[in-house]
Amino acid sequence: MSDKPLVLGTHTLQSRLVVGTGKYSTFDMMQQCLEVSGSEVITVAVRRERLIDAEGRNILDFIDLSKYTILPNTAGCFNAEDAIRVARLGREILEGLENPGADWVKLEVLGDTKTLLPDPVATLQATEALVKEGFQVLCYTTDDPITAKRLKDAGATSVMPAGSPIGSGQGVLNPNNIRICLEYLKGDDPDYPMIIDAGVGSASDVAFAMELGCDGVLLNTAIASATEPATMAEAMKHACLAGRQSFRAGRIPKKLYATASSPETGVISPSLR
Amino acid sequence: MQITVNDEAREVAAGSTIADLLVELGMRPKFVAVERNLELIPRARHAECELVENDKLEVVTLVGGG
Repeated sequence: MSDKPLVLGTHTLQSRLVVGTGKYSTFDMMQQCLEVSGSEVITVAVRRERLIDAEGRNILDFIDLSKYTILPNTAGCFNAEDAIRVARLGREILEGLENPGADWVKLEVLGDTKTLLPDPVATLQATEALVKEGFQVLCYTTDDPITAKRLKDAGATSVMPAGSPIGSGQGVLNPNNIRICLEYLKGDDPDYPMIIDAGVGSASDVAFAMELGCDGVLLNTAIASATEPATMAEAMKHACLAGRQSFRAGRIPKKLYATASSPETGVISPSLR
Repeated sequence: MQITVNDEAREVAAGSTIADLLVELGMRPKFVAVERNLELIPRARHAECELVENDKLEVVTLVGGG
């Protein structure tokens, strides 16, 4: 029953769950959730150093850099140029820390603040530029199959459609588009990785995405903002495994009418009424 | 001379380098990346990169994010 690893470019991962580090009430809680989730890859954002933390603490003081591969994002960027600059800045920091995450980026080029939906044109431009600079680009995008295909053709290491808007907790709103994305990306290249990024609200959303045939799920808010984050982190780990195994096992077809599970022969003779 | 760090005006001594500035700001060089006038200055060049009047710097680090 052993599964093959998830291969994202030069990165080979046993866990198919990627978790974010944002929105935690404390660094202790974050650490605990990262541990429980079983994830090997964790996302971070690049922001101005403001010495926000009065004690001068930095998130990097709370992350075991020998254990986790950091995936820096370009969240907060609304044009290709800014996203490219942020990607370079993230790489610079991770190179200095000798973390294997220095060679990749989670590209987000957003269209507006209300939806946080990606700007597909700018995302494509940034993907092309970053691929040229040697980045392995993991691309946050919509569930539009044509855009997904264009991003793959531009050299994206993984295409990562949103199940629903970031942080919305609505789950996978359009499974048919996700199915078409999977077909278009994997049709002639079955090992090409597609990850559901954003929108997950609960463990069943993760299991559902994995059952559709997605290679992994990336989430943050669903754990960090749960009432009991560590319990949810564990649920997400199990859901990811369960969904993956269910997908690999091959589900039964859906039928309109019942099919008995118990033998239909050898039943005792019916009582007369 | 005056420079701008993350949109805040700041006085630094003439001849200061990026490395000097990071020390002055009390930042751990390993945890930050620096852009000068929209151009990334790799850590290896911080000690030799002298600041010039009106330079605009971005000093960033990693924070929690999804």
